[in-house]
Amino acid sequence: MSTHAFDQPAGAAPGAEPPTNYLNASYSVTSWLLTTDHKRIALLYLLPITLMFFIGGVAISISRLSLMTPEGALVDADTYNKLFTIHGVIMVFFFLVPVIPSVLGNFFLPMMIGAKDLAFPRINLLSWYLYMLGAGWAAVAVLAGGVDTGWTFYTPYSSASSHYNVVMTMTGGVIAGFSSLLTGLNFIVTVHWLRAPGLNWFRLPIFVWTMYATSFIFLLAVPVLAMALILVIIERLWQIGIFDPALGGDPLLFQHLFWFYSHPAVYIMILPGMGVVSEVIPCFARKQLYGYKFVAYSSFGIACLGFFVWAHHMFVAGISLYAALIFSSLSFLVAVPSAIKVFNWTATLYKSSISFEAPMLFALGFVALFTFGGMAGLFLATLGVDMHVHDTYFVVAHFHFIMVGGMVLAYMAGLHYWWPKITGRMYSDWLSRLTAMIIFIGFFLTFLPQFVAGYNGMPRRYHMYAPEYQVWNVMSTAGASILGVGYVLPLFYMVGSLWSGKPAGRNPWHATGLEWQTASPPPTENFEQSPVVVRPPYQYHLEKAQNEP
Amino acid sequence: MTSAEIALFPHAASTTATQVDMLFFFLVTVCGSVTVLVALLLVYFSVRYRRRPGEVGNPTETHPSELLEWSWTLAPLVIFAVIFVWGARVYFDAYRPPDDAATIYVVGKQWMWKFQHPEGQREINTLHVPLGRPIRLVLTSEDVIHSLFVPDFRIHMDLLPERYSSVWFQATRLGMYRLFCSQYCGTNHAGMTGLVIVMEPADYEKWLHQGAEGSMALQGRKVFLKYRCAGCHSADGEARAPVLENLFGRSVVLNDGGVVKADENYLRESILYPSAKIVAGYENIMPTFKGQVSEEEIFQLIAFIRSLKTGQTPKRVESYPPPASTPPINTKDK
Repeated sequence: MSTHAFDQPAGAAPGAEPPTNYLNASYSVTSWLLTTDHKRIALLYLLPITLMFFIGGVAISISRLSLMTPEGALVDADTYNKLFTIHGVIMVFFFLVPVIPSVLGNFFLPMMIGAKDLAFPRINLLSWYLYMLGAGWAAVAVLAGGVDTGWTFYTPYSSASSHYNVVMTMTGGVIAGFSSLLTGLNFIVTVHWLRAPGLNWFRLPIFVWTMYATSFIFLLAVPVLAMALILVIIERLWQIGIFDPALGGDPLLFQHLFWFYSHPAVYIMILPGMGVVSEVIPCFARKQLYGYKFVAYSSFGIACLGFFVWAHHMFVAGISLYAALIFSSLSFLVAVPSAIKVFNWTATLYKSSISFEAPMLFALGFVALFTFGGMAGLFLATLGVDMHVHDTYFVVAHFHFIMVGGMVLAYMAGLHYWWPKITGRMYSDWLSRLTAMIIFIGFFLTFLPQFVAGYNGMPRRYHMYAPEYQVWNVMSTAGASILGVGYVLPLFYMVGSLWSGKPAGRNPWHATGLEWQTASPPPTENFEQSPVVVRPPYQYHLEKAQNEP
Repeated sequence: MTSAEIALFPHAASTTATQVDMLFFFLVTVCGSVTVLVALLLVYFSVRYRRRPGEVGNPTETHPSELLEWSWTLAPLVIFAVIFVWGARVYFDAYRPPDDAATIYVVGKQWMWKFQHPEGQREINTLHVPLGRPIRLVLTSEDVIHSLFVPDFRIHMDLLPERYSSVWFQATRLGMYRLFCSQYCGTNHAGMTGLVIVMEPADYEKWLHQGAEGSMALQGRKVFLKYRCAGCHSADGEARAPVLENLFGRSVVLNDGGVVKADENYLRESILYPSAKIVAGYENIMPTFKGQVSEEEIFQLIAFIRSLKTGQTPKRVESYPPPASTPPINTKDK
């Protein structure tokens, strides 16, 4: 997609004033808290979202350690239940759902389409404040004694039985949901209105396609989640029977409403990850993305079909057998577009020229783990197998393969890929490659044993368990400690790169894509002059090779 | 699996387990092959096409093949169709009990399992069942949602408050098997476990008659009399309510013209929410028994109504306690 040759030397000459960019344009606190620059807002998101990731991680580390022995080595039942609830609520609502759209999407969606900013910069800032409010609200709920319903909030436990801060936690989730909804709205309008001249739909990078598809899910699904959670709040506060059968409600209705959001939410989490990987793989393989149109359309296939599979979470919940048939068949259908993507990423590598910097290692790790996790998903779509492994560690392992093995690795790939653009600095090459390997190995060790424990029948959300499952839990805990090391390392070398990193220059990876055509870090208005696009994306055969000057 | 061995693969202790395992191994083979294929390609391409030192320029473009795209779009569909149909068959088999299945009634509550056998035996957190006979479980919850899960049988069903669900199995192997609650139900969720004990049918018969308080139907008869049900459901000329004899399993015509099958859910609803469905030709006069009668008593009433044949309705004058003799039980319940 390169259009203009900006052949200035990379980085500023020694002793010269550094050029003005979005970071050094002004330094006051208000210039950050009241900024409408999408790049600054992305960084405003980056800090609390990273903090949330580590809070959620610490919560599950304690639970995971406790599972070293069958009786529960560290914490009692009540504490364990609160810990896994904190982990789930924080990781889903405050990390996985917002992280790529709010950080990478916010920063790069406008740049990738050659725009100066999002269509509604002030609404973008409002989204950040809503996120902070929601996260703060949830944090207060945790400090006020926690909540023990699990992130799924199933009624009537959540509406009638739990004694903890259900209402406050749900309120936090609803507020954060509206933050995402506004971000989605902003992205859709931006993609429609602000594309650079010549940038037609089939010249859009896949990352933009996936952001666009994700935004539609936000718009359609978040209101349903908000409704479901608000109805639980109403039932809890005023005893109006909606979900609690003792008050004349229907507990399965909650599950329908909840999963109507929360299943598409899985695609909210994974689609942006697919977008990142579709950028990274062509760049480090120096090849055009194989089957561009199929990958682009399959993003929309996933977004649409994803709305019609929600009841596959309810195969043993007492829904009609015929409803189960419909939802099982649709769940198989939604696997097809994901398979298309995997095959195309793999085919991109054919007759390519691959170099293995950290972003590529993370992206390849994503393809491997996502494929593995997706295959496990087929087991769960199969009625006759799901009725055995439902609500066991098999399910836990499956969704962590997708969410952690898939989504978190894709986020790491994206963060490492674009870090030089965000900060203008390169991080340690060998440490970042080492981290990618540590995370990949730690991940496999953590979650592979859970498939075995699950098929053997170990249920989820147990603070103590039968002794025959111990060996799998010990392996899992050992793997998790390796994984933990892998997550902490980037804190050091990425923060360290801000001081000691080599200047990155405009385009350290020799990538196509408009975001690489401007300075690193970019100026506030993104481009010195508005780019004009004359080519489809990923035309690597026309680019410089990575080892060329 | 109860000893402290390592869980490598669960016992196949029911007819369902064998079916599920065959399907599972088929999936492992198919999905495993595709996963290994993708992994091998990733590794092979990564080694074969790695950028070598001194390599100059970018590789030339290869043009994507539409044929290849369509074949890897459509091929999964064919495989998925096979898996879907097989999975659906196993699932339907697991939730549609054979006609000769005996019924055992299950009530879950935080954090305990309560079982009642039609012969009257009651137990907590342990379930005795005979080998080689189909057993249908009718399940309900007193509070929140629970889920009954016996890994060695590969059966799984949620227990919902105010509603009956059911699942069935036929044990094929003697021994003791773990029973879990798999739907998170509060603080002591992990403690809501139990054992299923599979016995030789003769031993089971012997066990059934150790210290039971009379059959569930007889216990239900006592409940029937205790709440003065016979006052209206008297099956005589003065009856103000429908006759309950031979009712179970029949279709009932309602006053709005609808037809409903008299199964467990219908009987339960009629006891607790009598005005929900009025039988054609009767007045809406029955009071609710919600809050008075326990879930276990409702199960006993249902067992009684199931057993009720022509002429067996207790007389209205008959007073609590009932006579000592046991009325004949519907033999299907055994």
